[in-house]
Amino acid sequence: MIVSHDWLRSFAPHDKRAHDIGELLNDHTVTLDGLESLRKDIAAIVVGLVVEQARHPDSDHLSITKVDDGSGVLLDVVCGAPNVTAGVKYPFARAGTTMPDGLLIAKRKIRGQTSNGMLCSARELKLSTEHDGILALTTDAAPGTPILQVLGEIGDSQLNLDVLPNRPDLLSHRGIAREVSALLGVPLTLGDLSTEERDVVGRVPVAQDATSATADGVTIAIEDLASCPRYLGVVIRGVTVGASPDWLRARLEAVGSRSINNVVDATNYALLGLGQPVHAFDLSRLHGHTIVVRPVRDGERLVTLDGVDRKIPAGTAAICDGAQPVALAGIMGGRDSEVTDSTTDILLEVANFDARFVRRVRRAVGLSTDASYRYERGIDDASSPEVALQCAALITRVAGGTVTARLDVGSAPPSRAAVTLRPSRVTKLLGDPVESSEIVLILTALGCTVTTSGDDTLVVTPPTWRNDLLKEVDLIDEVVRVRGFDAVSDELRAFRPGTVPDHPLHLAELRVRACLVGRGLYETRPMPFTKDATSAARVQNPLADDEPYLRASILDTLARRVEYNLNRMEGDVRLFEVGHVFLPGPDRLPREEVRVGAVLLGKRRPVHFTEQEPPSFDAWDAKALASDLAAAAFPGRAISLIPSDTDALWLVHADALVIGSVRRVIVDKPVWAADTYGVELTLGVMPSADVAPAGQHAPAPAPAASRSPSEPHVVYRTIPTLPAASFDLALVLPDSVSAADVEMILRRESGELLEFVHVFDEYRGDRLPAGKRSVGWRLQFRHPERTLRDKELDGRRSKLVSALQRELGVSVRG
Amino acid sequence: MPTLAEFLTRADALARDGAALIHAATSRDAVDAARVTLLGRKQGQLTALMATLTELPADDRRSAGAAVNAAKHALETTLSDVEASLGPDVDASRPADLTMPGRATWRGAIHPVSAVIDEIAGIFRELGFTIALGPEAETEWYNFGALNFPPDHPAMEAHDTLYLGDDTLLRTHTSPVQVRTLQTYTPPVRILCPGNVYRRDFFDATHAPSFMQIEGLCIDEGVSFVDLKATLSEFARRFYSGSSKVRLRPSFFPFVEPGAEMDVEVDLNDGKGKRWVEILGCGMVHPDVLDAAGIDSEKYTGWAFGMGPARIAMSRHKLPDIRLLYDSDVRFLEQFAR
Repeated sequence: MIVSHDWLRSFAPHDKRAHDIGELLNDHTVTLDGLESLRKDIAAIVVGLVVEQARHPDSDHLSITKVDDGSGVLLDVVCGAPNVTAGVKYPFARAGTTMPDGLLIAKRKIRGQTSNGMLCSARELKLSTEHDGILALTTDAAPGTPILQVLGEIGDSQLNLDVLPNRPDLLSHRGIAREVSALLGVPLTLGDLSTEERDVVGRVPVAQDATSATADGVTIAIEDLASCPRYLGVVIRGVTVGASPDWLRARLEAVGSRSINNVVDATNYALLGLGQPVHAFDLSRLHGHTIVVRPVRDGERLVTLDGVDRKIPAGTAAICDGAQPVALAGIMGGRDSEVTDSTTDILLEVANFDARFVRRVRRAVGLSTDASYRYERGIDDASSPEVALQCAALITRVAGGTVTARLDVGSAPPSRAAVTLRPSRVTKLLGDPVESSEIVLILTALGCTVTTSGDDTLVVTPPTWRNDLLKEVDLIDEVVRVRGFDAVSDELRAFRPGTVPDHPLHLAELRVRACLVGRGLYETRPMPFTKDATSAARVQNPLADDEPYLRASILDTLARRVEYNLNRMEGDVRLFEVGHVFLPGPDRLPREEVRVGAVLLGKRRPVHFTEQEPPSFDAWDAKALASDLAAAAFPGRAISLIPSDTDALWLVHADALVIGSVRRVIVDKPVWAADTYGVELTLGVMPSADVAPAGQHAPAPAPAASRSPSEPHVVYRTIPTLPAASFDLALVLPDSVSAADVEMILRRESGELLEFVHVFDEYRGDRLPAGKRSVGWRLQFRHPERTLRDKELDGRRSKLVSALQRELGVSVRG
Repeated sequence: MPTLAEFLTRADALARDGAALIHAATSRDAVDAARVTLLGRKQGQLTALMATLTELPADDRRSAGAAVNAAKHALETTLSDVEASLGPDVDASRPADLTMPGRATWRGAIHPVSAVIDEIAGIFRELGFTIALGPEAETEWYNFGALNFPPDHPAMEAHDTLYLGDDTLLRTHTSPVQVRTLQTYTPPVRILCPGNVYRRDFFDATHAPSFMQIEGLCIDEGVSFVDLKATLSEFARRFYSGSSKVRLRPSFFPFVEPGAEMDVEVDLNDGKGKRWVEILGCGMVHPDVLDAAGIDSEKYTGWAFGMGPARIAMSRHKLPDIRLLYDSDVRFLEQFAR
């Protein structure tokens, strides 16, 4: 909402500067998004200090001066004013400045002397009509300071207020003036109208009826009272359509609204000044001099004021004359009945439309206007007769003519319901004590009617323009904001800690994040949309159609991010994300899982002079990463990676549960790029079933989630004091035998003194028969109480060799 | 058995050839190798010759011993001379050029938005809050109905919504987590709800259809606006600096009343000096919200707030385009490595 400070002051006369009013409203009512002087035309003028002044050698009335404009260089300026004096500050227009009258100040020679700008008079700045030489400034401001900062507030200012949907009463100057009046304690006035002008119109009788009324040959009828509960009309005959007077033009232009003609400007004055949309029809263009609000008939269309031929949405209502639609109710009038230069008789429409009805039409038509914006949020229905009166009075002032009839069809809105307010509740919610008398003062100033009923009860009837004051808490809000948030204490008081434990999936996220960042991966937060049409969830109304689905896999998202980097010639990509995926489920919401995904691509280590070409990540890096990651995600669980015959390389198990997989990630990659390997693990399911029916608490509060489910404490093992003994086995394996097969036998046959067994070497090649490979194992044994003898090791060795030979056909490499 | 003459000839030759070997050495390693070759305890040539002393006739041993000792002494002198001529002692484990780079490993990074969330959560943890989470796909009731959004009201237009079905949607804020938590736990409740939320916006330099939010909720008996102001002011002072001025302005969110926005007066180091910057929206939880979750709104009161960590990340890192936070460009992410 753009507000003119002058216009505001016409309704609530005060002596505060626009800046102070802006701050006042910002502190108590509505956010001030901006404040702009309407004298931007002199924004470029700065304070100039005349340092030297001398007579022009070739002129008896010109001076040559040196001016300090804050730029650090003294400028030569020729000045014709008789009052120019060294040591005095004046408004200064630098070369390149455009003056309010459009004149461009250029660097030029005046009688042979260069002039780099102009010292200005008050008239040149349109500050006054006087021309007593240049304007001497009494200011401490440094040279170069913009003149607007020095002169104080000159001219009107625009306040840009961010009016939120709960306060439609603030969508007019009179509405804002009510707040100013309540906050400053200043009276409200009729504004630009005089009481006499208003009363002249008020003496014209009103033809009133619940559904249809006629006066002065004009008929108004409502056939759809649900959409249009009330329709007021004013007939004005003998108007002269023409340009608006300067004051009216200035009002509208001050808020960025274009002046059209005196009649239309008067209706816009009502909209922006009083908050009620008013439309003027050319009465001669209305068939049968009739307005009827009726249901739309099939295929009815209307060319609106903006020249667009529109279909009126079926199932709604239209404003029609005796033959056809003439306006889109609550949105825009029709072109054929608009007021033109030749119009002499007009019918003013001041109507109440149902907010939902206007929204429906507006959405269907796709046309939002100042009028629809206000109707959708709620206008002050009860003020419509007064707005009709004032707007008609204004038209007779600016366009002449006589009000010949007033019509009022439908019914006045029901009066506002009274709300009970307990002063003790105000104190309880605010936390600071508030006297009942102060509450009464504040609410009364805002237009409420307040009566006391019993010890701790006020009965409050909100004013007609406040459709947001429905409950006790709404009134408490009013009291708190009018008193001001600044007035509220801010000392920390005692509190109880909460009963809600950290969500276990949050803790898991922190653990996996630490694990992956520690291993050199970058966390990323891409969006979870995908073009994968096999997804379980699709956005029904996406703004962009390219990725309307929700992902079922984090690696799918990360693969696209890898491609993004490869397209930018970045071949070392290590990314991870913890995020949600959306899977098919039995309920109306998708099954949601929280997962961690990680991808590895490129060099395993940064280049070093000892290793110019570090190897690229391969499947073994991904396998180890997966097992570390799984251990971080599921502490205390037994993690195993089981080779998979699906498109995954391994399935990751925590205890017996499959929690994810390791795979080669398919990306669209250039030839120079290495392969991408990925890990994706499910950290848990995020339940989305209703916790309890609306209005109810869960029947039995869920038990607090444990911080570390089933995580056993580490049990200390004695640190060995005796030396270990080890031997290597170089085995030849047929291709059908896996390392896991061999390891199982090694572990089984080694006995309990085995400390570890691991693979240290693999060889395939010419020195072995086809279909065979050699794999080297190291086994280490240790006895807790004595050193093992060679004989004991040899015994174990032969036992292992014969078991391997017998069960797997594996032999020792010769 | 060698004769004395042979022994002396051999000693003489070793002294001469040994000296030549030592002088030929140009490195400490070569000197060491020569020492081992000549004087090594096991295989040194002179050591071997000395071992044959016992094989000489007893009478010859004295003069032979003197000769071989003289040879040994001469070699040792030569060794230390040559060694000294090679300059000061160099420790093999100490690289010659210490300006060469160390052997690095990859450094990972937390996403800048996560870092902001961690920092916010860290402060609220100190003030007694824990973390609550919930689903991103929600019902209309949890996202709007339970939060006092009147059906078909302009208030919902600020939350331009991505719908999944007739009454299912992608949450437009993390407030549904507050409702779910209030339905599950009995006050006192002090929680933070970080998470991804969705709006029907184009993806451009300043908007994204999916972004992170963090909300907080405090419900208990006797909780008032004073607690809201005190706690959030305390947070703002810790998050920015202790001297930052804080103010509240009236605002409107359907699920709180009174509703407010909090500004902090900060210098963002952008050359524009100190100014008021909006950091969060907040308010007293609307009694209808408590009632919707089955909490007695006469007995319990409380407050809530919400912040946009992406906006904070953009401001603190001077990001010109919000898409940097989503693109996952490694040249962007590596700047946050630690």
